[in-house]
Amino acid sequence: MRRPGHRGLAIGALATIAALLISSCGAGGRPEDGEGGGASDVGVTAESVKVGAHFPLTGVAAPGYSEIPTGTKAYFDYVNANGGVHGRTIDYVYRDDAYNPTNTSQVVNELVLQDEIFAMVGGLGTPTHSAVLDFLNGEGVPDLFVSSGSLLWNQPGKNPQTFGWQPDYEVEGKIIGQYVKQHMPDAKVGLFLQDDDFGDDGEKGARAYIGDQIVAAERYAPGNTDVAPQIAALQAAGADVVIGFNVPSYTALSQLTAMRLNYRPQWIYSNVGSDPALVGSLLSRFSEGKVTDAAMLDGAITTEYLPGVDAPENPWTRLWQKVWDAHGGRGELTNYRIYGMSQAYTFVQALQAAGPEPTREGIVRALEEIGGELRGPAFVPYRYSADSHAGLAGVKVVRIEGDATEDLSQVLVTGNGDTEITEYTEQHAGPPQNGIPNVQPAS
Amino acid sequence: MRAVLRRLVPRSLLLRNLLGVVAGLVVVVLVLETTSPFRNSQFATMSYYAIAAAGLTVLTGLNGQISLGHGALMAVGAYTTALLLEGGSVPFPLAMLAAAAVTAVAGVVVGAAAARLHGPYLAGATLALAVGVPGLAIYFDGLLGGEQGLSVRSPRPPDWFADAHYFLTAGELGGAKYLAYVGWITLLVVVLLLANLMAGRYGRVWRAVRDDEVAAELAGMRLGGLRILAFVVSAACAGLAGSVLAMVVRLAAPSGFTIVLSLSLLTAVVVGGLGSLTGALLGSALLVFLPPAVTNLGTGAGLTGVQAAQLAPLVYGVVLVVVMLLAPGGVMGLLRRLWRRGINQGGST
Amino acid sequence: MQQFVNITLNGLSQGAIYAAFALALVLIWRATRIINFAQGAMAMFTTYLALTLIESGQSYWVGFAAALVAGLVLGALVERIVMRPVEGGPELNAVIVTLGLFVAFQALAAILFGATFQSFPAPFGLRGFTVGEFTIAFTPFSVFVIGSVLVVMLALTALFRFTDLGLRMRASAFSQEVSRLLGVRVGRMLTLGWAFAAVVGSLAGLLIAGGNLVHPAYMDAVIVYGFVAAVLGGLESPGGAVAGGLITGLALSYVSGYLGSELVTLAALGILVAVLLVRPRGLFSRVAERRV
Repeated sequence: MRRPGHRGLAIGALATIAALLISSCGAGGRPEDGEGGGASDVGVTAESVKVGAHFPLTGVAAPGYSEIPTGTKAYFDYVNANGGVHGRTIDYVYRDDAYNPTNTSQVVNELVLQDEIFAMVGGLGTPTHSAVLDFLNGEGVPDLFVSSGSLLWNQPGKNPQTFGWQPDYEVEGKIIGQYVKQHMPDAKVGLFLQDDDFGDDGEKGARAYIGDQIVAAERYAPGNTDVAPQIAALQAAGADVVIGFNVPSYTALSQLTAMRLNYRPQWIYSNVGSDPALVGSLLSRFSEGKVTDAAMLDGAITTEYLPGVDAPENPWTRLWQKVWDAHGGRGELTNYRIYGMSQAYTFVQALQAAGPEPTREGIVRALEEIGGELRGPAFVPYRYSADSHAGLAGVKVVRIEGDATEDLSQVLVTGNGDTEITEYTEQHAGPPQNGIPNVQPAS
Repeated sequence: MRAVLRRLVPRSLLLRNLLGVVAGLVVVVLVLETTSPFRNSQFATMSYYAIAAAGLTVLTGLNGQISLGHGALMAVGAYTTALLLEGGSVPFPLAMLAAAAVTAVAGVVVGAAAARLHGPYLAGATLALAVGVPGLAIYFDGLLGGEQGLSVRSPRPPDWFADAHYFLTAGELGGAKYLAYVGWITLLVVVLLLANLMAGRYGRVWRAVRDDEVAAELAGMRLGGLRILAFVVSAACAGLAGSVLAMVVRLAAPSGFTIVLSLSLLTAVVVGGLGSLTGALLGSALLVFLPPAVTNLGTGAGLTGVQAAQLAPLVYGVVLVVVMLLAPGGVMGLLRRLWRRGINQGGST
Repeated sequence: MQQFVNITLNGLSQGAIYAAFALALVLIWRATRIINFAQGAMAMFTTYLALTLIESGQSYWVGFAAALVAGLVLGALVERIVMRPVEGGPELNAVIVTLGLFVAFQALAAILFGATFQSFPAPFGLRGFTVGEFTIAFTPFSVFVIGSVLVVMLALTALFRFTDLGLRMRASAFSQEVSRLLGVRVGRMLTLGWAFAAVVGSLAGLLIAGGNLVHPAYMDAVIVYGFVAAVLGGLESPGGAVAGGLITGLALSYVSGYLGSELVTLAALGILVAVLLVRPRGLFSRVAERRV
């Protein structure tokens, strides 16, 4: 190679090496041309249905989020151990994207083209999932229950395969905004926002009700763990109520920083960021060192749409505990895992609704037809219909009291934009006896 | 055997390189046509890593300047492409050229600053570049889409291309395959241009600057200008790579251009074999094919998904260290040693 | 006014942390002419060891001491086993090895300790001091951080300037052959340099972790800012590293507080480029541009 003359040869040689490399690792093989409808579909065999997801399992976003798929897997294993769905077991594959959209596109290619999944269930993250939205819809892969509250997933015209799941951030922002307006009409409100669509949508919802009460809106860049400048600015603006649209680690960071500054506003955290069990354990650990306050999150206000580990007596939590004890791996039951299990429960409902010979088209149609009637672990119904792929319709406002929560409002539901907030009065039913839903095939 | 080979290979360097590229193209077609859509998508991914790594080879391998910030230059190319393709009126080859041009201009600025710096100072400045530039996309979120990024319209194959493809292979042209073709044709063109550049006058001059600055300066070379030029060439490649990345990933978002990307490129260049274009390609192949292989081995061995996912970076890091310790010349250095040994043995019998 | 004071004080304590990290980089640079990108990952690892001890019921200080000792051993081992073959070779090879170590250590920690957030206790209070009616963003733990950094800085300055050992370490880094001829045991000096640097790095890891959350990637941001601080200070002098750290900490805190958190990384880039364009070898380098 020292002489330039070899370079042309080298390129040829390289290509040969590349060819060898491929043949050595081309174990995946060519997928059968089974697409285009038929009785059963890609990823469905007589014995199993294969579904996939992408999650950050490594890197900065891994803490917390990497627990979700372990919960999902535990519930699918539980269902499989009890006979599966229409006699088929659910084969769940999840891959790491390190919260990097470039990786997401690679692993989703792998899931769809190599693993040949039937559907995507619960892929996590707004920037990450945006990267594969076109691909999944182009390939006709049902893209169910995206783990993010962005408004992007509700575009049935443009993305007919994609469905949201959790209450979107705007809905949550509206309900929190209305609560503050009704119960703290004189408060000066500060916003503590993650600098992406999470913070933006939440702010939009809150401003619809308390635009005139907001005195400061401070944003933090995810990854920058020094939030003292933002908290100091909120303090300086005289905010006596702070609404946080942030992730749990930033709840802990904002609490620690506020303690350092002796700043004591009424904290309101979005559901994503509150997770009392997690944040509480993070903060109380300091008390073994030198921090004296045991439960700093005491008295903070948040929202709920799923019964979590803070309500161990709730029949749903008891079910999740049973599932986790039998099929979980290392570690405790956490709210992240409950989130994953609840998504898995919803998928089982959808798969039952798709009938004994599920197709990709069929499961999407079934969700549009009966998705709005599905009831499960959430306090509120889904907004699924032919015109809407939006997820859960609302939340209730609660106050954190020690290890438990106390209701501050009824369960409230609303939609995006000008839709009014209404009370949702239907009683929240417990899980079925055997812990597995029993949804009749749609149409 | 060698004599025969030598007679078959044309004298002119350009012709020889052209011949190599045509051979490469044939192999690319063969490989893409015989592998699954998933492999095709992996090759599309490999193509943009390889384009950027080839450019980095010029800068680091030939000119001796380290850059930990090439991911930021790829971001410039990716965002340029995303903005141009947004309206749907700009054909994508034009967007790719524009991405290369805009990034080359950015390369002039970065190169002018970098030309004054050495060793760790250059490493530090380019590291800050890699971390800082994605912040621009968040600051100008109105134009650049903030944390969510800009979605990119992936080019669809034009009818003549799809028809020609069908005529030749009697198979349908999938989106992944088309993008892999776009990526690899771009890569081959880049390799052809760079191979000629490296073998020509500038290649010699750059090597001279790398090996002995003082001697080069005494010989009348303008070090600053040469350094900037190397940076610009390398930046243009990074811009092209970013452009291909944007079309393959269908998104330009800050989280796609983390420091990890910049370090991966450097890894590809060094593990493949510093200063060799072929090495850059081999290094890129490693980046794309190693992690999923390791993860699958891990799950196959009964690890949970989470553990298997962490296995990939562990193996990746260990491979880096081991390659540097046992074969500091990278894969190409190793191959060259084997090749020479083969020749010597052949000569003695 | 209160906001300004708080942002300033916060910048100072953050700056002290960057300074601690920069000191470790400077130490390794002076001892071996290598930039150790694995510094942060190694520190993270020893911090997790301390956390494991503390969680098993030991006191904070037992964990603290154990982490420093572990750092010493880890630094020496890494130099002996992994770095020795690439020392004196091309600069880039050493850089790649440290990058490889960085990735491998982080993955190993995720496998051993789990990729979750854990809180790390602090030995001193985390409540700000009260001045008049205001509480300022300065805690007893901040005092400990800044004090430790100053002590380390003085110790390193003394080591390099006044002791025979420091002289031998500098000589080994500067010219291995000449030092060998003069009877310096070069290998031992290099090992010692890495071991000391890893101790300082572990200290930085503990100071950052104290009263904060740790996870396998928690040092990532500090690696970049600590590196910026070290380069600002010129890589040669411990004093420069501390000044560089404080400048970085203050500047980033002001940018974050008054302009926006998303501009922090850009500001780090801007400061670094501005300084390096005026002084290509950092603010505090006394060495003139050395040619040949």
